[in-house]
Amino acid sequence: MGMTMTEKILAAHAGLEQVKPGQLIKAKVDMALANDITAPLAIKAFKAADGKKVFDKERIALVLDHFTPNKDIPSAIQCQEVRLFARQQEIVHFYDVGEVGIEHVILPEKGLVLPGDIVIGADSHTCTYGALGAFSTGVGSTDLGAVMLTGEIWLKVPPSIKLIYKGTLPKWVTGKDLILYTIGDLSVEGALYKSMEFCGEAIRTLSMEGRFTMANMAIEAGAKNGIFAVDEKTLDYVKPRAQRPYQIYESDSDAEYLLIKEYDITHLEPVVALPHSPDNIKAVSEIGEIKIDQVVIGSCTNGRLEDLKMAAAVLKNQKVAKGVRCIVIPGSQQVYLEALKQGLIEIFIEAGAAVSTPTCGPCLGGHMGVLAPKERAVSTTNRNFIGRMGHPESEVYLASPYVAAASAITGKISHPEEVC
Amino acid sequence: MIIEGKTWKFGDNIDTDIIIPARYLNTSDPKELARHCMEGIRPGFAQEASEGDIMIAGRNFGCGSSREHAPIAIKATGIKAVVAKSFARIFYRNAFNIGLPIVECEGAAETAKEGDILKIDLDKGEILNLTQNLKFKIPPLPEFMKELIADGGLIPHLAKKGSY
Repeated sequence: MGMTMTEKILAAHAGLEQVKPGQLIKAKVDMALANDITAPLAIKAFKAADGKKVFDKERIALVLDHFTPNKDIPSAIQCQEVRLFARQQEIVHFYDVGEVGIEHVILPEKGLVLPGDIVIGADSHTCTYGALGAFSTGVGSTDLGAVMLTGEIWLKVPPSIKLIYKGTLPKWVTGKDLILYTIGDLSVEGALYKSMEFCGEAIRTLSMEGRFTMANMAIEAGAKNGIFAVDEKTLDYVKPRAQRPYQIYESDSDAEYLLIKEYDITHLEPVVALPHSPDNIKAVSEIGEIKIDQVVIGSCTNGRLEDLKMAAAVLKNQKVAKGVRCIVIPGSQQVYLEALKQGLIEIFIEAGAAVSTPTCGPCLGGHMGVLAPKERAVSTTNRNFIGRMGHPESEVYLASPYVAAASAITGKISHPEEVC
Repeated sequence: MIIEGKTWKFGDNIDTDIIIPARYLNTSDPKELARHCMEGIRPGFAQEASEGDIMIAGRNFGCGSSREHAPIAIKATGIKAVVAKSFARIFYRNAFNIGLPIVECEGAAETAKEGDILKIDLDKGEILNLTQNLKFKIPPLPEFMKELIADGGLIPHLAKKGSY
């Protein structure tokens, strides 16, 4: 029996010829990651396990991206703890304000995560790196503390779901729409404990940015990981960035899948996830008039250059509606700089949007755009749970950068065609 | 290990932003986290729950973020175990790692009413609903997980063995 690419990566890192779904393995980790919220607890666990030295100072990334630049004294103290640990342990990939970006934007950008890797992060959206043909998954801080100590992790081999996207992407439809549509179909527990393998002709034409967006939200269907085959687009992205060897794995034609789904996306419309669940999906044209107070464009889901280009294409020579606060957050300093050079930042500011330094900020209701009771936001982020962006009575509608930008102009949830 | 206590019942897809909203994650102090546990859907829960109580939930409990602050917050309210129809995978790992027993049991989670007294026997592999006089079997844990629990969680396990 053949294996999926996820199974092959897991087998190789466990020193085994073959693995099967359900099997418990001990696997070597290529890159471990934590942020300013999860690292302090991971450091505590590391020390409690009598950790003196991390397993490899070049294989750990500590990224201060969630509550930074620090919003209050407690969050400043958390960053201080991580900063001190990074200095003591001589962590090579430590990113602080000025060079920091959102973890899942900067790790691929800097070539720190590569095809065939096992990446373990104390952040649920660690699954993003599946876009590169890596196995990556989120864990809690104690698990991450153990990885920092041993360089290993125990994992249960997940069964796989194959998702085949047929047809061509219609205008205004993006990777965000594909993944929201898929979560709507599978439900937020539809891929619980499983691996989601994205394939098909529409996926081959999708940009790397679009693939990052899709892999990023695999967790929103409950998945352990999301993964894409490595193709020319992946290699074009990886080759100039990689500073160590990497391995390309392919799923066998006789690999076993728990479920195979086919989606014909030719007639798909831009979609929105309504409160309070990422699987509560409706086409933009079907939701009626929903007035909004805020728009957020950014995050580990949609904070890359292509995302800002989409938003700028809609906002160019337009104005953000009176009474709407539009906040644009580039995902990294490199994205910010490139957006500046390409004139995107100018478009945003002239439209009346606020542009922020890279941060996770409002996505998790941290800072930089927290909502009051009864307020509504259209956001390119990944979760619309109760209280996710602020007050428990506020509402978040998840959408693509196109839809978010169009909604900023009209003041209600809108199809980009309404303004373009 | 036997856990006996009064139950608090919650629904499906209870996410980690409900268990502990991110705005409180500027600390990892268990007592401080516990104060805000479940406040988005049940304000005052932390004050009402008492030491030894048991939490009951539906499917996909703990979905969303990887924050370990979620099981820490639950544990610090005095809750001694969570019984649900199913758990999100990161939450499942986290709960074991920090020593909060969690049990997947569709029948017990479905039938329990809020306030029922449950007795969970992890060694025998069963849950008794003492209020309704019902008995449910719990699927056995993998050997590796039993070893982790016997050692008192992941960190004591690592400290003892030096590796996994």
